[in-house]
Amino acid sequence: MKYTLSINGKNHTVDAPEEMPLLWAIRDLAGLTGTKYGCGIAQCGACSVLIDGRLVKSCSFSVSDAINKEIFTIEGSSETLEFLRQTWNDGNVPQCGYCQSGQLIAATKLLDAVEKPTDKDIDDAMSGNICRCGTYTRIRKAIHKAVALKNNAI
Amino acid sequence: MSSKNTVSRRNFVKIFGLASSGLILGCNFSGKTPKIVRIDDGISFAPNLFVQLKKDGKLILISSRSEMGQGVKTSLASAIADEMEADWNFVSVQHATGNAAFGNQNTDGSRSVRTILTPMRKMGAMAKMMLISAAAKKWNVAEKECVAENHYIINTKTKEKIFFGDLVEEAKKVSIPSDKNIQLKDKKDFKYIGKNLKSVDLHDFTHGTAIYGIDARLPNMKFAAIARCPSPFGTVTSFDKTEALKITGVIDVVALDRVKRAFGMLGGVAVIATNTWAAFQGKNNLEITWNLGDNGNYDSKKYKQLITDRVHKKGKIVPGGKGNINKAFKNADKTVEATYYVPHLVHAPMEVPNALAWVHDGKCEVWTSTQTPQRAREEAANYLGIDKENVTINVTLLGGGFGRKAKPDYVVEAVALSKKMNAPVQVVWSREDEMQHAYYHTVSAQYIKGSLDDKGKVTGWLHRTAFPSITSTFKPLSDYGAGFEFAQGFNNHPFQIPNIHLENAKAEAYVRIGWLRSVAHIYHSFGINSFVDELAAKANKDPLLFNLELIGNNRIRQGRSKYPLNTKRLKNVLNIAVKMADWGKKLPDGHGIGLTVHYSFYSYVASVVEVSVINDKVKVHNIYTAIDCGLVLNKDNVINQMEGAALFGMSLTFYGEITAKNGAIVQSNFHDYQMTRMKDAPTIEVTVVDSDEPATGVGEPGVPPIAPAICNAIFNATGKRIRELPLKNIGLV
Repeated sequence: MKYTLSINGKNHTVDAPEEMPLLWAIRDLAGLTGTKYGCGIAQCGACSVLIDGRLVKSCSFSVSDAINKEIFTIEGSSETLEFLRQTWNDGNVPQCGYCQSGQLIAATKLLDAVEKPTDKDIDDAMSGNICRCGTYTRIRKAIHKAVALKNNAI
Repeated sequence: MSSKNTVSRRNFVKIFGLASSGLILGCNFSGKTPKIVRIDDGISFAPNLFVQLKKDGKLILISSRSEMGQGVKTSLASAIADEMEADWNFVSVQHATGNAAFGNQNTDGSRSVRTILTPMRKMGAMAKMMLISAAAKKWNVAEKECVAENHYIINTKTKEKIFFGDLVEEAKKVSIPSDKNIQLKDKKDFKYIGKNLKSVDLHDFTHGTAIYGIDARLPNMKFAAIARCPSPFGTVTSFDKTEALKITGVIDVVALDRVKRAFGMLGGVAVIATNTWAAFQGKNNLEITWNLGDNGNYDSKKYKQLITDRVHKKGKIVPGGKGNINKAFKNADKTVEATYYVPHLVHAPMEVPNALAWVHDGKCEVWTSTQTPQRAREEAANYLGIDKENVTINVTLLGGGFGRKAKPDYVVEAVALSKKMNAPVQVVWSREDEMQHAYYHTVSAQYIKGSLDDKGKVTGWLHRTAFPSITSTFKPLSDYGAGFEFAQGFNNHPFQIPNIHLENAKAEAYVRIGWLRSVAHIYHSFGINSFVDELAAKANKDPLLFNLELIGNNRIRQGRSKYPLNTKRLKNVLNIAVKMADWGKKLPDGHGIGLTVHYSFYSYVASVVEVSVINDKVKVHNIYTAIDCGLVLNKDNVINQMEGAALFGMSLTFYGEITAKNGAIVQSNFHDYQMTRMKDAPTIEVTVVDSDEPATGVGEPGVPPIAPAICNAIFNATGKRIRELPLKNIGLV
């Protein structure tokens, strides 16, 4: 089946069976490799994307369900994501970096949904994303700092 | 200069895979003193480190070690840039391809900084000297009147300055300074070394543009998934590919034979497709009958009993003992005995093993995440029966390694399939593949008996260990531990005990055994440092004082390496960590505190952990770690590694367990091989000791103290001893 996917505001036509997980359509067919494979069963969050603003594990979401929707990946840009990029950079957050696409997408969703997240909000929002290198404490700090930046900017 | 020693610039550029126009410096490691040689002026030995300064001022450094999150690209680059007085904003770092010209490229054992820091500094210093010479010549002044500063050479008299990039042509004509003339900077003048430098890959990490092996792409490439026998080294009896071929995108199904080498492929049935998912689906649709082979009966429950029984009987004596253990036990005021068990673990890097290979026209090119590009090159050449010179291993970023990516069996798979398909093929392991066909961290049982005199001093230490050895992967039927495994904590602990007796019991391997971050230190530190806490309790002493007493007086123990154990440094990190934790403070109800100090990979680390145990649930609240790794290269990176090590240690303490039944691994993905997540991440504070001692590694030493410190804290909170991991099995998670 031919599908037109809108990824970060740009249309990509892919030829895929309807049950193909969106992750592989994004990576192997649309050629955007920033979204990562980690587990294939929605356990690690490396493949996180936003679909119409909803946080989705793209390894467990069919490509056919993503048509006529706006897909947002780590290659995209939003005001919130830019604040997070800055504080990720300031805090030298990543180690191997592989999970950070998913971490940043999950954090983008959190900041878009909650104005001033507490530690508990961060725990709830970020516990679907595994970092094997163990950068959690830095991610937590970077989220708090991004919130401060964002609120000062308003 | 003799022509036979000359490596042409063109060939050199080929080795390093770079197009270039600039001043290029290599560094040779074949002698004792690393010597820097300029590439286009003839070299008798191929260099293994590499600086390229371009006319626009861009400074490209080749990292001969693989970046997998430990920060090596940034750390090594910073040393050169510092000595060179370069502006960090001009620096970029690239991985070397796999080539013996670089010297040892194996990125494991926490040894990159330890072994190549000084050569890197020298390379920077020499580059600076040559740029100064070039500028002095240009101005017609003495070299001593010129200094380098932030990517410029400055004439100290006239205050004129020239940009580094503008000196490239002139510097190319300058002769190489001799090694004895190289002056390294004083510590007080360091600009980058010892400071907090950010990863050179940060921008790519946060924009999805970092390229890992799994992201490598070639025109017309195919994707492959391989079904491997559930038990190691089993074979395919028969298979039916009908259902696999029905999957849209599946191109072909082919059988792969095992390559009987330590890093040879396991073999199995491969599905080749136009995309990764089709390959995965095709693999799931295969009907295969396996012959499980010799390892088909492996049952880890029975095996646990077997090695536990064995450590309760006499074993083979291991060097490192002294005195008379029987006499010590006979004359003891008190004795303590305990048995410890740590199961198999698996690496689980977030990026699964993968490799893209393209075999064509007698040559082979590979793009992969590897800790050991030379080993990968050797395996590819061996499989194809071609010369190594015809194999290029391009090293991408690694999405975690932890030892898994030091074993290039997955590279052989890609090479074999590319050859069969006559096309570029990328083999991608699924997470299930990664967890079920690994080179596992070994399983271990330990028995320790100690004696105390009437003053509570330890007089005797009997320690038996049993674990399938890593050696078995290289030499089948190696049923006893190897010297390098004993030397990881077992027979070189720092304690002053008059009578020590060490034994090793037999342990056969039924899976491929490999090394995982911190290796044998994980289980030996768990056994030893849990037992020290048990002795302290029996002696009725505070664990801090007991540990300090046990380490004893200040002394330096010379080993075979140039990094002797210094007990003063060991006690120092312990004293710092307990101070950070405010050891002895009153804790809330249900809370407990525990400590461990452990020496590994020549670095000294102490961790103090505060936990609570409420309704049989352990929660880690705070981890305080102090590390002395000698001269600090990148302080923030050391802190990041210690934070990460704390989480890595927590994951293995709480959840880490690989088991086998009927030869097959039971766990398959993150739902049954769990990781510590954000909600369980504690506060972590790290102190890095300021030191002038030689730099030592930081990738692994942070892990070994964590498990025993957590378990000692649980004892402190509950009075319950934890003698086997993980905690999930004993109702504490």
